[in-house]
Amino acid sequence: MIDDTTFWLLTIALGLGTFAIRFSFLGLLGGRELPEWALLHLRYVGVAVFPALFTPLVLWPDATSGDMDPVRIIAAIAAFLVGLRGSVIGAIIAGMGTFYALTIIL
Amino acid sequence: MTTRQAFWRGYLDCAPFILIVVPYSMLFGVVARDAGLDILQTMSMSVLVIAGASQFTALALLQDQAPVFIALFAALAVNLRMAMYSAALVPHLGHARLGTRALMAYLMVDQAFAVAVKTYEDRPEMTPDTKVAYYFGAMMLICPIWYACTLLGAILGQAIPESWSLDFAVPVCFIALTAPLLRSLSHVVAALTSCAMAIAFAWVPWSLGLFIAAIIAMIVGAQTELFIRRRKVCAP
Repeated sequence: MIDDTTFWLLTIALGLGTFAIRFSFLGLLGGRELPEWALLHLRYVGVAVFPALFTPLVLWPDATSGDMDPVRIIAAIAAFLVGLRGSVIGAIIAGMGTFYALTIIL
Repeated sequence: MTTRQAFWRGYLDCAPFILIVVPYSMLFGVVARDAGLDILQTMSMSVLVIAGASQFTALALLQDQAPVFIALFAALAVNLRMAMYSAALVPHLGHARLGTRALMAYLMVDQAFAVAVKTYEDRPEMTPDTKVAYYFGAMMLICPIWYACTLLGAILGQAIPESWSLDFAVPVCFIALTAPLLRSLSHVVAALTSCAMAIAFAWVPWSLGLFIAAIIAMIVGAQTELFIRRRKVCAP
């Protein structure tokens, strides 16, 4: 359970912080250029954060009380392989499709 | 192109993304209710933040009993990419009035941003006014659907049986968001580093392992890019 104070504190801070990020250049900094090293690292934010988020969720899911589940691992690989071809929707369909198909078969 | 035409053009160009925004936002509604939020809380989060990946991140960490500041920083880190969007939009939309720019900032979402920038680059003849209209057209399709389907998910969520294992849709969404980002060898190296480090640091309390993994992966990605560039320069 998430308590109310924690929730509102987080939501309001996250809302304001996210707006500040979105508004940053467009709103205040105008055409000012970021330093080269910052741009270099910012290019990798997505690929650095997302795998660190989904890896534990795939390997040790709460739904199985943290036990590894081959069905989930295979389905995750399927989603990834389809996603590599550039289709976000295809990846979701492949991942969930493989997951349900294997769950029914096994 | 008139501004009216540009608006509807943006609206239609974003239409394919309905397919992803509908399930993604519904899923947030379902997952949030599952985590014990009420409908007002679920909707407040979607309206105040409108950034799905960070909302899922914050929720997952709060459920994990991580301290608030950890959940907040992780979620903000996920949104940092939007600083790049903000910078990328300046040449096209920077001329608009401050209030308009603030509204544009609030509405900035991944899919619509990607569509807008691609169109601006493909059609350099667009006037500043039509660019603004196009932007609002694109965002006006995505954002209302985001709110409405979060609400739908939050209301219907309790009716979806546990046997559907919808929880698995969360990692699948993140995988689906990651794969198209793997545009170069250095991006692939960064992603693999991130996976490996997430496993290596899984024991670290309060999900701090996520930060350690992400920071190492960012540095490794950047260094790989520099390394490849140097080799290209040195090669005859």
